[in-house]
Amino acid sequence: MKNFSINLYKNIYLIRTAEEAIISVYESDEMKTPMHMSMGEEAIICGIISALGNNAQTFGTYRSHALYLAVTGDTDGFFAELYGKVNGPVHGKGGSMHLMAPEKGLLATSAVVASTIPVAVGAAYTNKTRKNKKVVAVFFGDGAIDEGVFWESLNFACLLKLPILFVLEDNGLAVHTSDLKRHGYKSIDAIVKNFNCKVVSSSTTDVEKIYKIAKSALKNIKAASKPIFLHLKYYRYLEHVGINEDFSVGYRSKKDFESWYKVDPLIMQRKRLLNKGISKQLINKIEEKIKIQIEQSILKAKGSNFPSKQDLYKDVFSETKRK
Amino acid sequence: MKKISYREAINEALTLEMSRDPSVFVYGIDVADHKNIYGTTKGLIEKFGNLRCFSTPLSEETLVGFGLGAAINGLRPVNVHMRVDFLILAMNQIVNMISSFQYGSAGKLKVPLVIRAIIGKGWGQSYQHSKSLHSFFAHVPGLKVVMPTTPNDARGLLISSIRDNNPVIFLEHRFLYDAVDEVSEKAEPIPIGKSKVLRRGRDLTIVSTSWMNVEAMEASMILAKRGVSVEVIDPRTISPLDIEPIVKSVFKTGHLIVADYDWINCGFGSEITAQISEKCFGKLKTPITRLGFAPTPCPCTRPLEDAYYPNAIDIIRNVEKMLGLSPTDLSTETFYTYENKFKGPF
Repeated sequence: MKNFSINLYKNIYLIRTAEEAIISVYESDEMKTPMHMSMGEEAIICGIISALGNNAQTFGTYRSHALYLAVTGDTDGFFAELYGKVNGPVHGKGGSMHLMAPEKGLLATSAVVASTIPVAVGAAYTNKTRKNKKVVAVFFGDGAIDEGVFWESLNFACLLKLPILFVLEDNGLAVHTSDLKRHGYKSIDAIVKNFNCKVVSSSTTDVEKIYKIAKSALKNIKAASKPIFLHLKYYRYLEHVGINEDFSVGYRSKKDFESWYKVDPLIMQRKRLLNKGISKQLINKIEEKIKIQIEQSILKAKGSNFPSKQDLYKDVFSETKRK
Repeated sequence: MKKISYREAINEALTLEMSRDPSVFVYGIDVADHKNIYGTTKGLIEKFGNLRCFSTPLSEETLVGFGLGAAINGLRPVNVHMRVDFLILAMNQIVNMISSFQYGSAGKLKVPLVIRAIIGKGWGQSYQHSKSLHSFFAHVPGLKVVMPTTPNDARGLLISSIRDNNPVIFLEHRFLYDAVDEVSEKAEPIPIGKSKVLRRGRDLTIVSTSWMNVEAMEASMILAKRGVSVEVIDPRTISPLDIEPIVKSVFKTGHLIVADYDWINCGFGSEITAQISEKCFGKLKTPITRLGFAPTPCPCTRPLEDAYYPNAIDIIRNVEKMLGLSPTDLSTETFYTYENKFKGPF
């Protein structure tokens, strides 16, 4: 079990450090893409992705640095895409808001809020008809539940009894507006419970607890053959878009951050490793290795080529067709 | 020669493609009810079961997004919308997601999705059951827009659309469902992106879309009686557009009317006009004429509805004007009205 805990720590550490690296180089204005930072949500992503294993497909939002890195571990591709280089996973055409890795099951991330939810439902329908036992997990924020398409998609998935995990990553904010100012109802969980769908809710930031929640959800999807709605709370450390804190602008207070930071997913998992008797030296070694990996990925990305001008016109249409 | 109706042509294409490829499925609001989308989905449940033909909730955006998810995951969905006006609810998926998906995945994912949408007209359909919107869709890179007029084209182009690895918006005019015409014995795919000359002529070229082909053919037959020879071209595919046959025709005739089944402003007629001005500038003997809907929402009441839609008479009067001819006596002609269903042939 030590390895399990170490691996989860590695994943969180990789994501946190990659984003810290973004912060340190962003001012140079070489990464010309709007950053929606994952800091604070790492436990949700790492716990669920680890529970999903290989036979899964995922969909995310414009805030998908954590998702891309948890699914792929590919820091070379990640930074190449952020620098707009041709060796990025989508050749620089997507940037920070449209990271994807179809070969690893990460089928789409999207900037328009809630827009990947129906797409995930369609993918889940395919898996059900093909009986391939793949589960789809679709991640979205609490802004997405304000959108009509979320409710349409939830309804359709419940009607068709699809193997899909709806993951509400609830940071209580849509851009800068709190849920209290947006919701004309008391409890999303109570409403979703009326659908033919199991609801599980938690505000833990402990990655291993989230892993267990997700594992049991996956069992449930298979046993009951219906969707699961996971409602997981977290705190967005940085501004909606950008690399800075924004506690001074007035819509939230630093005190909130401080109370959440006490249960920071990275710090918690590091403590767990120490409690399990894993030495500081070993942890430092792991961290050092990841830091070097990220530094090298950034260097590689900076040294890589931009796409050629002809690439502008590539892949608008597929020239292939079914015979 | 075999003769079938437009609705049978659509039904035949669906049946054939579902038989040859188990990944094809048809879904949408009321596709599996007793009316079967004007008969076009008749028999599909019986033949292929309710996993491959099913009715859905009234959730246009989700239905289109669902099609995208199924398409990138290996199926070939055909999503049906009984009125194209309702498809506007799914514009986010069409314009932000589907059109850009292949590009945004650097070609890693393909989107073999067909969206069938029906254009309404007549009997008081009013302003939310009467649009065609092909110009909206054709404006966006990454979408193919197909708009067949004849049964043979409907069948062949639907087969091609289903086999295509790109998203295709397939627009069917409700009045055409009853049209019966000759089709090739064997159902063959017709390539997307090829215009078709419906009638050869030497004096003037008409480019018409969807229902306007019926009006243009009627006008050209009446004009032929007095020796005026009109060439009628149906682009069939709005995007990608095959302009060459139109260029060739205008080189020959020197006159062009674009009779588009849509509003004129910023529309497909304007696109044809621009391209022909660029390519045939010295050859045009008169300015290009654009015909289309009145620049108003579509009204319900019959006298206003009649004034809203262009028809064969408008085409005839414009041909006369452009060619400097006296007005044709139309007092003995009978024109199409929706009380007498259009039966074809073309």
